[in-house]
Amino acid sequence: MAGQTLYDKLWAQHLVTSRDDGSALIYIDRHLLHEVTSPQAFEGLRLAGRKPWRRDANLATPDHNVPTTTKERSAGNAGIVDDVSRIQVETLDANCESFDIEEFRINDERQGIVHVVGPEQGATLPGMTVVCGDSHTATHGAFAALSHGIGTSEVEHVLATQCLIAQKMKNMQVRVEGQLGLGVTAKDIVLAIIGRIGTAGGTGYAIEFAGSAIRELSMEGRMTICNMAIEAGARVGLVAVDDHTIEYLRGRPFAPSAEQWPAAVAAWRELVSDADAHFDKVVELDAAAIEPQVTWGTSPEMVVNVSAEVPDPATADDETVVRGMQRALEYMGLEAGQKITDIRLDKVFIGSCTNSRIEDLREAAKVAQGRKVADNVQLAMVVPGSGLVKRLAEAEGLDQIFIEAGFEWREPGCSMCLAMNADKLGAGERCASTSNRNFEGRQGYGGRTHLVSPAMAAAAAIEGHFVDVRDYDPGSARDRDDALSA
Amino acid sequence: MKKFEHLQGLVAPLDRANVDTDLIIPKQFLKSIKRTGFGPNLFDELRYLDEGYPGQDVSSRPLNPDFVLNQPRYRGAQVLLARRNFGCGSSREHAPWALDDFGFRVVIAPSFADIFYNNSFKNGILLITLDEETVERLFQETEASEGYRLDVDLERQQLTTPSGETIAFEVDPFRKHCLLEGLDDIGLTLAQSGTIRDFEQRHRQAQPWLFRDA
Ligand code: SF4
Repeated sequence: MAGQTLYDKLWAQHLVTSRDDGSALIYIDRHLLHEVTSPQAFEGLRLAGRKPWRRDANLATPDHNVPTTTKERSAGNAGIVDDVSRIQVETLDANCESFDIEEFRINDERQGIVHVVGPEQGATLPGMTVVCGDSHTATHGAFAALSHGIGTSEVEHVLATQCLIAQKMKNMQVRVEGQLGLGVTAKDIVLAIIGRIGTAGGTGYAIEFAGSAIRELSMEGRMTICNMAIEAGARVGLVAVDDHTIEYLRGRPFAPSAEQWPAAVAAWRELVSDADAHFDKVVELDAAAIEPQVTWGTSPEMVVNVSAEVPDPATADDETVVRGMQRALEYMGLEAGQKITDIRLDKVFIGSCTNSRIEDLREAAKVAQGRKVADNVQLAMVVPGSGLVKRLAEAEGLDQIFIEAGFEWREPGCSMCLAMNADKLGAGERCASTSNRNFEGRQGYGGRTHLVSPAMAAAAAIEGHFVDVRDYDPGSARDRDDALSA
Repeated sequence: MKKFEHLQGLVAPLDRANVDTDLIIPKQFLKSIKRTGFGPNLFDELRYLDEGYPGQDVSSRPLNPDFVLNQPRYRGAQVLLARRNFGCGSSREHAPWALDDFGFRVVIAPSFADIFYNNSFKNGILLITLDEETVERLFQETEASEGYRLDVDLERQQLTTPSGETIAFEVDPFRKHCLLEGLDDIGLTLAQSGTIRDFEQRHRQAQPWLFRDA
């Protein structure tokens, strides 16, 4: 019999019972909550007279609606100008209070984007099942945790029963072998993968990211990759446990205690796919061939190398694809054949659960240091993923680098990733964004989003148009590093 | 959950692939803490020519005359015909809530995104996956004849076109059962509380660090 994949192992460890019809009940270890997808679930519990099954499995924080300017934030919830947004955040607070659920409130230093907060706290552990009413829950798979987004009815189901009705997915392995080029990051890897398999390529699969290029990534880079598994259609992205995983977790507030640590680590070491495990589908990429990526359209699969041109719909062979490309070009205000590096930007957004952790901010700061945001860029903003990321960045002086270069340094939250708060694009405005979705209207009505890595976004802010960060004045960047370490 | 009843529904064709949940219901409407009232803002950015905001009276907003659901012939449609990868993107259950609130009971497409698929069934909406050619043919028939209706029989897992042609479809037995009976799946799961408690105890013994209340 063939061995088991990492996904098979995680599934088996959480299987409570399976039904004849192929559906199953799986046990949920960690349930993360935020203000947007939980109110109707709590309301449902209340109406049915039900209580949460296990209080210590849940952890909540508001992130989507919170303002990011220091002035508004200093007033706490009262600083949320939009009434509807404020009510939603207050509703989360009230629900967590009445159902006795731990919550990091708006101005708690541990507050932040739920997918940044979980791992940072050690609340996401290898071998767990992690769910949240949010599709980017896939992020947590970087820790070899079986993690995926759920809808609000399922949030209610998990609160009430600690279980989820699920069906086993198929296994896909995406292998990225070899050495990444200088200036090429985890974000470029995942965009390249989506460009290859398409936004529905992973539908019905749990994707395990493997290969030497993945092994070399830090945990933060792995989170960036798993975060966007959903953009390839897969609810689940996974990376096997190794030393990086274990070292990252040591000493985090929710991590196992000193007495439990050795047993936990021993169990975690098993969380890898067996050498003879069967994958239903395998996709291979050569890391060395991956260039910095830029999306040109309104779906993450509409992505090209920074050195390329905006593609021509006439080259596609499928009628539905041709029409989709034409519509995207029109919406984005681009012409086929235009060079990507000629695309000029109005705004730049560095943040979101894809790229708002400390390493992302360091990468961007390295590019921004000693330079100035171009005149045609009206707003370049950096939004750290959590209060703790913000504090660390400030301790390293990154905030000063950004501010001196003309970026705005904001308070943590989802911000312009989906523009539910006041941070949004105006109609027709074009933005280089480190987030994960370039859908029509995603960052504001009529807004135009190009997805890129943090370094690419910072370089685009400085030049006012896209540039290949690999040949972006590397000499002076090195000089600065030397100066910093001197 | 409400029961899924046998229906003879008017079909509306939405000829566009990769319709994401941001398009089905834009984020500003996600601020509501209710489950209802999303219908007027279904496909908001396609339906209206201006930007919508929550709590607004939509009757005075300029309609996009080119958008299919604004055409009088599709008024009252209960069956939405769509292209591949329908419902991709965010996990917002507001998407099926909006479809339901608008009056759609069935969506037919060559493929659906996973989370949307789950969310729809939990709200009594039947999603039917058919091959590309069949969907293409239904698009042509719908566009060609005004008042095109499909008979949707979940019990027998079969569609019937106006010409009497029948098309079989697959649906997993558990979901079918819940839909036909209008079952509350939390209640069903809680009926297995004992099994869950047993599992939980074993799980706690094997990996005590997963529990912080010990
Ligand atoms: S940062 Fe963006 S993608 Fe991530 S949880 Fe917030 S809104 Fe969703």
